[in-house]
Amino acid sequence: MPIWLYLLASVIKSAVVLGVLLTAVAYTVWLERKVVGRMQNRWGPTRVGPFGLLQPAADGIKFLFKEDLTPPHVYKPLYIAAPMIAVIFALTSIAVIPFGNAITIGGYSIPLQVTDVNTGLLLILGITSIGVYGVALAGWSSNNKYSLLGGLRASAQMVSYEISLGLSLVGVLIMSGSFSLRDIVMAQQGHFWGFIPRWNIFHGQFIGFFCYLMAAYAETNRIPFDLPEAETELVAGYHTEYSAMKFAMFFMAEYANMITVACLATLLFFGGWNGPIFGPPILQALLPVFWFAAKIFAFLFLYIWVRGTLPRFRYDQLMAFGWKFLLPLSLMNLIATAIAVAW
Amino acid sequence: MLNLHLILFLAFGAVAVAGAVNLLAQTHPINSALSLIAVMAALAGEYLLLGAEFVAAVQVIVYAGAIMVLFVFTIMLLNAGVEERTQGSRVSVLLGIPGMLLGSILVAWVVLRHSGTEAVAVGSLPGDPKTIGQMLFHEFLLPFEITSVLILIAIMGAVVLASKPPSTPAAGLTREAE
Amino acid sequence: MVPLSYYLVLSGFLFACGVTGFLIKRNIITIFMSIELMLNGVNLSFVAFAAQWHALAGQIFVFFVMVVAAAEAAVGLAIIIAVYRTRETLNIDQVNLLKL
Repeated sequence: MPIWLYLLASVIKSAVVLGVLLTAVAYTVWLERKVVGRMQNRWGPTRVGPFGLLQPAADGIKFLFKEDLTPPHVYKPLYIAAPMIAVIFALTSIAVIPFGNAITIGGYSIPLQVTDVNTGLLLILGITSIGVYGVALAGWSSNNKYSLLGGLRASAQMVSYEISLGLSLVGVLIMSGSFSLRDIVMAQQGHFWGFIPRWNIFHGQFIGFFCYLMAAYAETNRIPFDLPEAETELVAGYHTEYSAMKFAMFFMAEYANMITVACLATLLFFGGWNGPIFGPPILQALLPVFWFAAKIFAFLFLYIWVRGTLPRFRYDQLMAFGWKFLLPLSLMNLIATAIAVAW
Repeated sequence: MLNLHLILFLAFGAVAVAGAVNLLAQTHPINSALSLIAVMAALAGEYLLLGAEFVAAVQVIVYAGAIMVLFVFTIMLLNAGVEERTQGSRVSVLLGIPGMLLGSILVAWVVLRHSGTEAVAVGSLPGDPKTIGQMLFHEFLLPFEITSVLILIAIMGAVVLASKPPSTPAAGLTREAE
Repeated sequence: MVPLSYYLVLSGFLFACGVTGFLIKRNIITIFMSIELMLNGVNLSFVAFAAQWHALAGQIFVFFVMVVAAAEAAVGLAIIIAVYRTRETLNIDQVNLLKL
């Protein structure tokens, strides 16, 4: 493939992926408000457009028009940079996530992935590690004791649960033998006994999936681990002093992290885009993407369901859970997987 | 001869040099910490150019994503402020910076003069995780196990050193007696 | 193509910046960060030589340097916190009780 065509395809893929991701972030907010509302026996947004579907647009316009206040006592360079750091690293991990098989356009085979790095999983772990800085620096630069405490708590929580996150992924790595996300999905093709799909969760990684889910909930600061940013604790945690667009950036970063985590869980434990394929070639090219999106939707629904159901952990309970339960469990999962594969 | 390898090396190198100089130039430690993170990220790019992909990923995850978070935590916790200029620091700046500059120019001149022009090809050495894992667990098993003991000692040391001292002398004595 | 000496010059410059920072800075935490900068310069040198001589042991050694740096950072920052608790200052010129 000539270099200019490759560059053009990459630019188009990046633009499409970013557009879809940002729209998905906006509509995940809508989904959350609807589902949590229904769980609490109320409607959720219904006024703006049919079923409240234009509510994210209304929220976006509201955020744009709100006064972007910068308090005088903050440390300005980091105050302005922290939400940018959070958003940039939340949106970057979508670059290595594959959405489907390669499609053929005009004789060239274009993989449905912005770039297939052969250490893709390590890249996502690295981006997650750097994302901690957005939270820590926001808390510190706000020059406010509630923000500082919330920022410190949030970053300590994220750093602690990163370890269990990484360890729970190593079980999948042992079974697939490669860090490349595309290879991990390819290793999950086929069926057991004809009808059970060969997904990693049925192939022995059930405890690994559980560890990954718990660690991911803590990494994205969602209930039951959202003490650092809950409204009734510490005012609002690390984003107390932020208003309008900067607050919207933190919000976007949180939901983009949720979507990244859902994408990773789908790819690593639920077979990615593998699903029944039928029909004419155009349908065969689009069905994998549809299965992928359906699985991500199921994960986001699970996230929101857990948010509407569970109370939140106290901070010492949260840290004890991460270090004293989840870390040994991930280690034992790793050892058991290694022994099972070596046999 | 200008090619992409040289351009990328110069780009990452410029970021690393700028970060290192900025670490020296800034007075507030948080700015120095962020410059150091920029240096580490640029070095991760350099490692990728040398074909060490696993080392680059570990540099970002461990060094820039965990060790520097520890530094930033400490700066935030201890509320470190802008550092003050004393007589000792002025003297050391006057003598130290020209001295170091002279020393590094000397070393650079010697290295550049006495080395050949054969290039380090991109991707000649497979630094993939599988090969590194095999070497790490076969030839380097003993250092690996010893470093795990080292980390255990460091964890215990950090927990003991940073914990609050006992409030009464009697409590301190009973702690020592255990 | 990039000759090996370019990587060595960059590594040497980072090391020199680290040494300079160690000498001229007065804040304990910044001195500590200069040590980390020195270690990073050395790591670059290791990886460059590993690529030059096709010896993967260079990259393995970088791991060990990173592990030692992590352990040293953990213990060193704990010491800094302990010093701050007793001396109430982070200026290294004032941590001089053994001076005559």
